[in-house]
Amino acid sequence: MNAGATGREVVLRVYRGDANGGEEVAYTVPVETGMVVLDAIHWIQAHRAPDLAVRWNCKAAKCGSCSAEVNGKPALMCKSRLDHFPEGQPITVRPMKTFPIVRDLVTDVKWNYEINKRIAPFQPRANAEWRWQQSDIDRVQEFRKCIECFLCQDVCHVLRSHELKHQFAGPRFLVRIAGLEMHPIDGADRVPFLKDTAGIGLCNITKCCTEVCPEGITITDNAIIPLKERVVDRYYDPVQRVWRAITGAKDGT
Amino acid sequence: MPVAPQRKLSAASAPTAVGARGVPATGTAPGAWSGAGSRQGFGATERGDAWWFKPVLQAAGLIVLIGYANYAAFLGAAHYRYLENGRDYLSPFYSPYIHPAWLPVWLSPALLILVFPLGFRATCYYYRKAYYRSFFADPIACAVGEPRQAYCGEVKFPFLLQNLHRYFLYAALVFLVILWIDVVKAFIFSAPALAAAAPAVTSALGLHAAREAASGGHYLAIGGGSLAILFSTGMLTLYTLSCHSLRHLVGGKLDCFSCAAAGGPRHKTWSIVTVLNGHHMAWAWWSLFAVCFADFLVRMCSIGVIHDPTLATFRHLLEMPNRSLSLLR
Amino acid sequence: MEKFEAHEHDVIVIGAGGAGLRAAIEASAMGCSVGLVCKSLLGKAHTVMAEGGIAAALAHVDPQDGWQTHFQDTMKGGSFLNHWRMAQIHAQEAPDRVRELEQCGALFDRTPDGRILQRAFGGHTWKRLAHVGDRTGLEMIRTLQDRGVHQGLDVYMECTITRLFTDGGRIAGALAYWRETGRFVVFRCKAVVIVTGGVGKAYRVTSNSWEYTGDGQALAYDVGAELIDMEFLQFHPTGMVWPPGVMGLLVTEGVRGEGGILRNAQGERFMWKYLPEARRHEYAADEAEARRWLDAVVEGRQTDARRPPELSTRDNVARAIYTEVKEGRGTPHGGASLDISYMPAERVKKKLPSMYHQFMELADVDITQTPMEVGPTTHYMMGGIRVDPDTGAATVPGLFAAGEASAGLHGANRLGGNSLSDLVVFGRRAGAGAASYARALAATPHIADDAIEAETRDVLAPFERTSGESPYGVHQALQECMDTFVGIFRVAGDLERALGTLETLKQRARDVRIEGSRMYNPGWHLARDLRNMLTVSEAITRAALLRTESRGAHSRLDHPGLDPALGRVNMCVTKDGEAMKVAPTPLPEMPAELKALFDAGAAGTAAAPAAAAPATAAAGKAS
Repeated sequence: MNAGATGREVVLRVYRGDANGGEEVAYTVPVETGMVVLDAIHWIQAHRAPDLAVRWNCKAAKCGSCSAEVNGKPALMCKSRLDHFPEGQPITVRPMKTFPIVRDLVTDVKWNYEINKRIAPFQPRANAEWRWQQSDIDRVQEFRKCIECFLCQDVCHVLRSHELKHQFAGPRFLVRIAGLEMHPIDGADRVPFLKDTAGIGLCNITKCCTEVCPEGITITDNAIIPLKERVVDRYYDPVQRVWRAITGAKDGT
Repeated sequence: MPVAPQRKLSAASAPTAVGARGVPATGTAPGAWSGAGSRQGFGATERGDAWWFKPVLQAAGLIVLIGYANYAAFLGAAHYRYLENGRDYLSPFYSPYIHPAWLPVWLSPALLILVFPLGFRATCYYYRKAYYRSFFADPIACAVGEPRQAYCGEVKFPFLLQNLHRYFLYAALVFLVILWIDVVKAFIFSAPALAAAAPAVTSALGLHAAREAASGGHYLAIGGGSLAILFSTGMLTLYTLSCHSLRHLVGGKLDCFSCAAAGGPRHKTWSIVTVLNGHHMAWAWWSLFAVCFADFLVRMCSIGVIHDPTLATFRHLLEMPNRSLSLLR
Repeated sequence: MEKFEAHEHDVIVIGAGGAGLRAAIEASAMGCSVGLVCKSLLGKAHTVMAEGGIAAALAHVDPQDGWQTHFQDTMKGGSFLNHWRMAQIHAQEAPDRVRELEQCGALFDRTPDGRILQRAFGGHTWKRLAHVGDRTGLEMIRTLQDRGVHQGLDVYMECTITRLFTDGGRIAGALAYWRETGRFVVFRCKAVVIVTGGVGKAYRVTSNSWEYTGDGQALAYDVGAELIDMEFLQFHPTGMVWPPGVMGLLVTEGVRGEGGILRNAQGERFMWKYLPEARRHEYAADEAEARRWLDAVVEGRQTDARRPPELSTRDNVARAIYTEVKEGRGTPHGGASLDISYMPAERVKKKLPSMYHQFMELADVDITQTPMEVGPTTHYMMGGIRVDPDTGAATVPGLFAAGEASAGLHGANRLGGNSLSDLVVFGRRAGAGAASYARALAATPHIADDAIEAETRDVLAPFERTSGESPYGVHQALQECMDTFVGIFRVAGDLERALGTLETLKQRARDVRIEGSRMYNPGWHLARDLRNMLTVSEAITRAALLRTESRGAHSRLDHPGLDPALGRVNMCVTKDGEAMKVAPTPLPEMPAELKALFDAGAAGTAAAPAAAAPATAAAGKAS
């Protein structure tokens, strides 16, 4: 018997299926101390269903691979402790609902990579001095904590419920753009892109992305809203437009 | 036998097609990459927790407080100010008090100015979240199905107007100055000897007369209403200074603080606003409640339901002649 | 024969971690068509797990630093079994590679005067690790990933290479399958760069993810490449030991760099006992001196105090903890206590945020309040494919390697922080080497159809069987075998038993049966990975058996001392028909001018920390 065995058992209701449909299958799993949902899934793979499809890598909440919906909430399976769920009740594990299913818990997230390619890369300003203070980058370093688990994309109702992938880039990429736009010496202008391509106006700041972020990035308040304000500077602030017309100044200063 | 490659992540980036005017386009074909989420009906979810509780509570809170604000602004025009017992309490809903002669009797003067605080709150980044969730169910809770498929976020009228938030912020900052003057006034009591005469002449059109009648000298004092008005303005100040637009304007718009003119102070200011901004939701609720509470207290005193307690007087601290005080008024 | 997808590139890079991305970027910048193939999604490679930082003698914090000192530290840390030329190139080029990352948009933590901040790490004389809190690897991979995608790489995600093909001894291409659909892909190319990382998943207690199954080493071995130094497997001293689900999960060396103190169950700060006599003078003599060093680090100023004993090299700290536990002085869950809770909570959360959350969420331990429990965990393979230091070329024409999959830089033991710099320094060189080779080759070599067909049949065989066990059981047995017999301390008897067990496991692996379809079938994927793990496990064991001494990460209980004769050879593993051959090959001779560094340095290094006493203007103050 394992050192961490607790003698308890938990029932996992795991979605098994593919694009043609599927259903939840119940598995009873022995519980070890500190066990997470991903451990339970691995136990099922090793003992009950060797072909149970799941995507995972580090099992330490650092790579963002094992995204799924646990009891209906988008979460990393490696961070979902079994003892944080009500005892004696089954735990449902389903694939993310925003992306097309491949099989079981695996979804096709390649759309995200397609969007990422469209974002103008880092471009240092000409003659920039490569010196800045820690206080200049604290803000951006928060955005760069993103592990690309795509849980924010999964929970975002614009993508999930309204299916507007043709109009909206989703929170992940607004965070990425924020990281580039607020880089102390980046010189590229992504404001028109934000408005016309990334569709930042479609975000109605209801903050589900912030709620599910496993890295604790304050996506809405620190990334999206500041970017919305930059779009306002450029397009919706008549006084600034007049000021720019008179002085020839750029915004953001 | 080679099969056409389809699955690799190719680096060639296609030109970005901008859609119909005002409608963004990511370059993805409509309907491509769709998942199971869009097929969920309203309220459908595997969430087993009480996900409906927060939106319902939020809706109830907003209905009660906004309902009261409406009552106070429209119907209760007669009791927005309390001028008895040496007090001068003005309901925050009616500040700044502007009452032009052309205003019809049936129309509350509050409506002339309320558009500013109302607009500030309606376009506020926090309240937007609250009412989109509680009243539009867009979404009602995270990972829960929605009632409508159609959605245009904030890219079309009227929601496009949310972008004017900063103009309401400018107005709110002006209002703050006026509201703080009201706070000072709420702590300055008139001499009691003459104050007894005040109620007889108090009316919407006889304010000056009333004030003159009560002008037996002034002193610093604390009444229940003074604290309520201080609390109200204090919360409004925190709410206003924690505004996302303000955070942007004071420094958030900079990419490099240390490279900008006055970068140090701007970073400092931005940092302070950022700390306040972290509690923007709390200030939004507390300030809404505090304003209603201050109005309620003033109104109850004015109607005579409540007797405003005098908690402390500092007669020796501030005895000023009428003239200098009139600067404030 | 089933239909298959085919792609042709000049260069195929297998693996998309730091080295793979850097290699692909370089080859692509040189005008080659590059295909980047990885088993996971892009950006999930093990590089994201690297926490502490990237070692480069930038001399921003300690101005006395320079490539010579970095070179010396690397050689000493590797017990002089390193390829001197690799260590030299590495030390010389790392600063440029770090600056290059910054120019691609990486945001490292800053010094007060606005330059890249550096922190102390085990085995490094000076504060040398450029870092981003404790998520340096993530910053690096994201930076390279975005750079690569915008530069025109074709990325094949979730695609597993099963075999390399050669044509007249030259690399000609590879067969792969899409994990998602199970369909085959043939890559035709002129050169292959192997950057597949390590072999940790052959062990049960490991900091590595499922991907680290020795694919690259096994693929190269199969086409005749030489593997060297396979006996040198680094056990990171600090992995989590509790709860069971996270056993082995890495606790960054940054904890010790920030002042973490190791104690046994009796509260004894035991590391002083285990400092090797030859290097004892480099460490603080007592608690007070260690504390003075730490205070100086916190305040960001220079000091004449020497570093705490916890910052000894990884092999040494790992053995120390192992010994303490084995001799009955372990914590309740069989580890040592690592204490950072005496530092201000705010600093701990700021400097080690991931560690704080990792323990809080996975172990219910608040590291700002209570010590962590830690123990050794399989972490890094020093050995791997033998490469040419300047071009990354393996011993098979057209085959290149870099990063953890290659060998030579780290010798018998790797210093913390030297792996991230290894990735970018040698990733770039291997990419350039492959591109030059590919451009010089007129036509793409040919892959014989029957070779492809034979391989596809082999890969699909587990589906055909009507009986046989699941691969999970075999994997578990392999992990038990390696943990038990080829761990930190080794003896001939254990190693021989391991070889016997491996033989039976190879047979069991050949007979596994897979149920279900080819679509995203993890059991099937594991069956392929098992073959590679078994190959590298055998290489580790055979090389370990042959090295009858204790050096660096390789400790033989039956041969506890150094053997000078073995210090002049690498154990070289090659494929001899179907059998594995291991033989010593001579270590390249270090040129006189580099040797001179050590002759002068023996005195110089000892005196150096004292010479650092005067504070220098460039070092600034607070951090």
